Amino acid sequence: MPNATFHSVATSVAGWSRRMFLTASATSLAVPLFARTSRAEAMDPQTARAKDPRDPANLALTVNGRKHQLALDARTTLLDALRERLGLTGAKKGCDHGQCGACTVLIDGRRVLSCLTLALVAEGRAVTTIEGLAKPDGTLHPMQQAFIDQDAFQCGYCTPGQILSAVSCVEEGHAANDAEIREYMSGNLCRCAAYPNIVAAIKQTKHSMREG
Amino acid sequence: MRPFTYERVDSATAAIAAFGAGAVGAASERQYLAGGTTLIDLMKLDVMRPQTVIDINALDRTALGRVETNDQGLRLGALAHMSEVADHPVIKRDYPMIAQSLELAASPQIRNMATLGGNVLQRTRCPYFRDVSYAECNKRIPGSGCAALDGFNRSHAVLGVSDACIATYPGDFGQALIALDAMVELRGRNGDRKLPFGALHRPPGGNPEIETALLPGEIITGFAIAAAPWLRRSLYLKIRDRQSYEFALASAAIALDMGKNQIVQEVRIALGGVASVPWRARSAERALQGRRLNEQTARAAADTAFADANPHEHNLFKVGLGKRTLVRALLQAATMEL
Ligand SMILES: Cc1cc2nc3c(=O)[nH]c(=O)nc-3n(C[C@H](O)[C@H](O)[C@H](O)COP(=O)(O)OP(=O)(O)OC[C@H]3O[C@@H](n4cnc5c(N)ncnc54)[C@H](O)[C@@H]3O)c2cc1C
Ligand code: SF4
Ligand code: FES
Ligand code: FES
Repeated sequence: MPNATFHSVATSVAGWSRRMFLTASATSLAVPLFARTSRAEAMDPQTARAKDPRDPANLALTVNGRKHQLALDARTTLLDALRERLGLTGAKKGCDHGQCGACTVLIDGRRVLSCLTLALVAEGRAVTTIEGLAKPDGTLHPMQQAFIDQDAFQCGYCTPGQILSAVSCVEEGHAANDAEIREYMSGNLCRCAAYPNIVAAIKQTKHSMREG
Repeated sequence: MRPFTYERVDSATAAIAAFGAGAVGAASERQYLAGGTTLIDLMKLDVMRPQTVIDINALDRTALGRVETNDQGLRLGALAHMSEVADHPVIKRDYPMIAQSLELAASPQIRNMATLGGNVLQRTRCPYFRDVSYAECNKRIPGSGCAALDGFNRSHAVLGVSDACIATYPGDFGQALIALDAMVELRGRNGDRKLPFGALHRPPGGNPEIETALLPGEIITGFAIAAAPWLRRSLYLKIRDRQSYEFALASAAIALDMGKNQIVQEVRIALGGVASVPWRARSAERALQGRRLNEQTARAAADTAFADANPHEHNLFKVGLGKRTLVRALLQAATMEL
């Protein structure tokens, strides 16, 4: 989905879209009942009621070069913010606990796991998702092309994470040989076991990436 | 995940102020957030339930984020990331054990997020600790019992355990720090202090819920490792169920100063994956001191290291595996080309 069609600028609770409301209530359903025992009975000057840690916090997220204003529960991970609020569903939720790499994105050019990153922690940093890897004219990044050329996926679920991780693997200088590629791609699991083809895609790309 | 108040700070002083005063018991209501690879994971599992989360990531732009090397040794800021230190050319060359203990841990993505301070404070992977549907876990709920004692305890520790808890300390880098007599630098409400790394973690005893000697709100600012003749001949060997992206079943950190005829001048040994805390094997060091290092003496040292092992139903294999890991690591260190 092109993210330009998505308007997620919500600065007040009244401005929440239906989708956001559904997301928020779905989130709180998963949360055990919580007694409102705010230690510091701080008052919110705008609403004249006690501050609740669940009140949405305003933040600006820069994703693929675009700045988004969001109002989010502090508990929202970057992965959920991308998928549920910005409509960027490229980053996948595999395990939600740092164990599979499907949610890999780049923050300030370094590969990280968006499922263990709070959206608030990503504020003020440049987030790149798979949607932001191709050129604006649609030309694929050489690593994307290589994944197609080498048939480096089957179901494709792990692929966005694999591709971003593969780009970093080359940029970090950890793609010298097959063994090093395997070790430095070990943070991305593939249930379809496309591993040999992923290694081939990285080998195909590493020279063109260096030149480009 | 339970609701929490999020605060972001840009200096250690501001972090300590944000943490505020408070009794030890209340300390768990507030947590510093670094890479979040332990904390956010355990908050999602409802194992950790802070009401206030203080984001200290911006401190990586201060001295806390720096890595300094000189003739005296090495200083690692607590907010430095695992990946930076693992890839540091001087550390790779002069402190191979440190670089390897980090490189063989977790995954590249996690190492980009995780900080050294957070790393040494990572919590056990005991499945009964991580799953709140188990009512018995002395570490989570003091006095509730230990589900692992009669449960599936294959991943659990055989050294430094108690009747109250047999959880394994899962980290790798901590083994390098304890082997090398690192100092931990701390900052708190009452100023700065230093601790030998070996005094940071507490074996479970009767109170497995108390894991470290940190005071409430105290921040780890860095680690110092003094230069020493055994550092270049050092390594970290890690054995696991799969080749990568997995915690240790057994590991050994070795630093060796070897004289003529394979005679051991000095050796430093730590063991991972098998103990409740970062584990220094001093008896094995003494057994090798002044001796010729060969398979026979290495085996004798390994027997000493596990003499007090206390295995349970499913982890007896760790005694044998731990010994073989130590022997292999010692022999590998002896044959390193410098
Ligand atoms: C799937 C997976 C696999 C892993 N595999 C390995 C492995 O093989 N080997 C290994 O060693 N580790 C492994 N880890 C653990 C990982 O290395 C740790 O989670 C990480 O190092 C913690 O650092 P962090 O900065 O993310 O800490 P956080 O999660 O941010 O913090 C952890 C704790 O430390 C406290 N804290 C953080 N920094 C400071 C500070 N400077 N001063 C005082 N308190 C502080 C926090 O309040 C929190 O309680 C793995 C983790 C995952 C999720
Ligand atoms: S071994 Fe320790 S952490 Fe695991 S269930 Fe027992 S008390 Fe809890
Ligand atoms: S979803 Fe983040 S690592 Fe699996
Ligand atoms: S292509 Fe199916 S999980 Fe990797």
